[in-house]
Amino acid sequence: MTAAKGKVRLTRDSALALLAGMLRIRRFEETCAELYTAEKIRGFLHLYIGEEAIAVGALDALAPDDAVVATYREHGHALARGIAMDRIMAEMYGKQSGCSRGRGGSMHIYDAATRFYGGNAIVGGGLPLAVGLALADRMQGRDAVTACFFGEGAVAEGEFHESANLAALWKLPVLFVCENNRYAMGTALDRSESQTDLHVKAASYAMGSEVVDGMDVVAVEAAARRAVDAMRSGGGPHFLECRTYRFRAHSMFDAQLYRDKAEIEEWKTHGPVVRFTAWLRETGLLHDSDLARIEADIAAEIDAAVAFAEAAPWEPVEDLERFVLMAEVPE
Amino acid sequence: MTAKGKSAKAQMGAAKKGAARKIVARKGRTVRTTYREAVREAIRDALARDPRVFLMGEDVGRYGGCYAVSKGLLEEFGEDRVRDTPLSESGFVGAGIGAALGGMRPIVEVMTVNFSLLALDQIVNNAATIPHMSGGQFAVPLVIRMATGSGRQLAAQHSHSLEGWYAHIPGIKVLAPATLADARGMLWSALLDPNPVLIFEHVLLYNMEGDLAADAGPVPIEGAAVRREGTDISLVTYGGSLFKCLAAAEELAADGIAAEVIDLRCLRPLDEATILASVAKTHRALIVDEGWRSGGISAEIATRIVEGGFYDLDAPVARLCGAEVPIPYPRHLEEASVPQTADITAAARALVRPE
Amino acid sequence: MSEFRMPSLGADMEAGTLVEWFVGAGDTVARGDIVAVVETQKGAIEIEIFESGRVAEILVGPGEKVPVGTVLARIEAPGAPVKKASAKKAPAAKAPAKKAPAKKVPPKKAPAKMAPPKPAPPMPPAGARLRISPAARRRAQELGLETAGIAGTGAGGAITLADIEAAAASAPGPAAAVPAAAPAGTPQASMRQAIAAAMSRANREIPHYYLSRTIDMEAALGWLEATNARRPIARRLIAAALLLRAVAVALRDFPDLNGFWIDGAARPAAHIHVGWSVSLRGGGLVAPAILDADTKPLETLMAALRDLVKRARAGGLRSSEMSAQTVTVTSLGDLGADAVHGVIYPPQLALVGFGRVQARPWVVGEDIAPRRVVEASLAADHRASDGHRGGLFLAALDKLLQEPETL
Repeated sequence: MTAAKGKVRLTRDSALALLAGMLRIRRFEETCAELYTAEKIRGFLHLYIGEEAIAVGALDALAPDDAVVATYREHGHALARGIAMDRIMAEMYGKQSGCSRGRGGSMHIYDAATRFYGGNAIVGGGLPLAVGLALADRMQGRDAVTACFFGEGAVAEGEFHESANLAALWKLPVLFVCENNRYAMGTALDRSESQTDLHVKAASYAMGSEVVDGMDVVAVEAAARRAVDAMRSGGGPHFLECRTYRFRAHSMFDAQLYRDKAEIEEWKTHGPVVRFTAWLRETGLLHDSDLARIEADIAAEIDAAVAFAEAAPWEPVEDLERFVLMAEVPE
Repeated sequence: MTAKGKSAKAQMGAAKKGAARKIVARKGRTVRTTYREAVREAIRDALARDPRVFLMGEDVGRYGGCYAVSKGLLEEFGEDRVRDTPLSESGFVGAGIGAALGGMRPIVEVMTVNFSLLALDQIVNNAATIPHMSGGQFAVPLVIRMATGSGRQLAAQHSHSLEGWYAHIPGIKVLAPATLADARGMLWSALLDPNPVLIFEHVLLYNMEGDLAADAGPVPIEGAAVRREGTDISLVTYGGSLFKCLAAAEELAADGIAAEVIDLRCLRPLDEATILASVAKTHRALIVDEGWRSGGISAEIATRIVEGGFYDLDAPVARLCGAEVPIPYPRHLEEASVPQTADITAAARALVRPE
Repeated sequence: MSEFRMPSLGADMEAGTLVEWFVGAGDTVARGDIVAVVETQKGAIEIEIFESGRVAEILVGPGEKVPVGTVLARIEAPGAPVKKASAKKAPAAKAPAKKAPAKKVPPKKAPAKMAPPKPAPPMPPAGARLRISPAARRRAQELGLETAGIAGTGAGGAITLADIEAAAASAPGPAAAVPAAAPAGTPQASMRQAIAAAMSRANREIPHYYLSRTIDMEAALGWLEATNARRPIARRLIAAALLLRAVAVALRDFPDLNGFWIDGAARPAAHIHVGWSVSLRGGGLVAPAILDADTKPLETLMAALRDLVKRARAGGLRSSEMSAQTVTVTSLGDLGADAVHGVIYPPQLALVGFGRVQARPWVVGEDIAPRRVVEASLAADHRASDGHRGGLFLAALDKLLQEPETL
């Protein structure tokens, strides 16, 4: 693993925190898969397994007042952003104690306290929102930035181009984080893009643009920090093409006819957890007892979250029409 | 066309918080103005009152607005508050939503409803949905203004009346100001509303001239208005068809038929109470809508009348709608494609005095 | 022992076909191991096991298609306590019904999303498919009017409000008395309109024939005067009461003059409710019904008349009084006409009229003496009766009035 340029202070604690962050997402997603097969979680379930380094690294570079827009594959982002796991799990179950009162489920996690604006199920649909959020911060003199996560499939949507252009034109503090996992559901990148180097497309909109190894949590964080720092002092948007891979299917109900098992196995050998764990061991930052403790803590947290979700109430049907229209702007 | 403001004893439906209020035509100082100028004044007023308000859309700044509504505003308020956008309806409507989420009070101008189709995903899947889907965590206090309707021989892709489509969506409010007072007063109330509000301005209304109270201010954005009282038939309409209905009512009066004209003002939510009260009085209803008949808002209104006023009806509910065609370019065909005053008069007469 | 079940892999997956096992009975498995392949509508998908242990028994073999949730194998935990995931317990309880996995959803019914339809006003008895507007139907119901047989002036011959009002005016006017919502406009104006409509219709539809008979009233009036002399003023009778009763009693034998023409046939009424015309101050006419006039003694009729006139003029008539008439009597009293040639109020069958009582030279025996006489007239529906019958009625009427003490 290459050491990143720029300011990444990698103490033992921060390093273990990064590892724990990724493992927390990993184990959470595995639990969700199990719960889904048992029909506790319904609808669509899109797992982030394999891509954890991007959410953990990028969100580590953000401040609490920054805004986050993500996609339907957003459980990892929600966890990394600091939304309580039990509220996320309850949301997966559809219970009233979930972050969105159970109304959204897996694809629509929202949290006002952490400025987490979903959870968007329309590919590309969150990008204009991110532009607007950044615009609002800029117009109100706040130095917050907006991180917008999306897959490489979104780059084909018109909304990506409109949003990139607008953000660059108006010099808005949007961090476009493209999680290029090479497959838009079942369509490989080279079957859908004339230009597969996505950072080149973004660069053509006159914004800072680079490729990042999406399996390297430290590299992701370093790149994100650089971009965010530049943005805070009046800089324009920035595009990070994070190259990664998802180890599971697009969603639970996917026979993966479009890719080879061999390819998956190959990517797993240099996945984010494997690589970082190995590096931490090499550098002596990680001991077995650390790992055991981290896994135990995570297991306990997950157990508690599942219990919380199981016991949580359903929203009463009488409340169905609440919040169709708002009586006032919250806060 | 002159708006017959004087005859209007506008009756607004109950506002969310208060009881029904009657707004009587003012007798104080009035100014001679146009619908366009009234809208401009409304925007100017909003920009001046609240620093969170800004106007964003195609050609609203340098060009002065496609319909000259925002002429002069860029010079007065600057580029930050009056923003020209690229041709990116989805992008800038979505940005408007994001900006509203982020604490601003944007006025997004989509040049016409015809182009709004490009932004339909943002409006339907984000603006209308986020408050409910997030469990009430976020509001989207956004106003989107659009020109709508036909009448300028602009052919099919520039002549739609899709207000009825939007009125189908829960989570947004849909307004159709048809008078100077509403053009002037609805915008501020819409900006105060925590929900996404769509304001449709019919293209034929921009030049409409009339008298407006010099101190005209905000008006409620819910509730229909009885623009003319009558006893023989209720003409229920909105937007660009209002002045045609008023003209028809004049003609009918000369013929001994007293038509009551209801200006819906707000298509979502619909003011059922006012409509039903009118039908209870007149026992006949004719809905006039420039949009297409099939599945249009006229169908919704007719159904509500049947649901709530069945036993008051002395004749089937009737409607005059746009012909089921893409609006054509030549004048005579365009005119034949939407209800005109003569059509309204004839239809009303036929309902009151069947052969 | 725990159960490994066919997993749900998608919202629209209902069943899967076990294609291949990677483990068999006796094999050790670890959490996360891929243990089998399942064929679904989307293709073959590998399925994993979420617990560690030993495969005790395989229950579903290759080629078998089973619903989601079916137990595929039993797993023995290797001496360890039951695994931590509490979620696993729930599927066990749900084995049978696969169609409704949301079993945990509370059984509350969804509240009506739309306001429940307002309770409909009770429908009047429907005839054959009648073209009548809802408003007209409701009004007819309020007035207790039979809707069949009323001619409609609406589109396609539909019966409209105006038609009902007109029909009601034939039984007296729609005046302010009726508590239900009246159309806008002054009561006088709408009454006039309704009378106009009724009279036009009568003229249009009813083939009238007219008969008259001059009746010697000396006996009746003499009796009246003698009776009244013995009574306090409050209990005195007026001639109208005599006339009213005589008509009612006479009609007992003439069902073809007491009833309605409806749907192409004469329908005699079971009762004799006489509508007595009362003129109102300010113009306008009502003829409220005196119910069962043939059964009421003179005193009662007198009281009823007095009460009715008072209430008619004050606007306090009941809707039943406005609609129950089976025949109408118009007595013009001292107003100046010798005889009434009236128009029947549809759908009634007859109108009995009385002109003013006047003294005329009369043949009595062989002499000519002045007698107080009154011209009684009958306007009748020729569809229901003919002149012969009408004449007989007038004769009967005459006879009754010659014996006033029997009335």
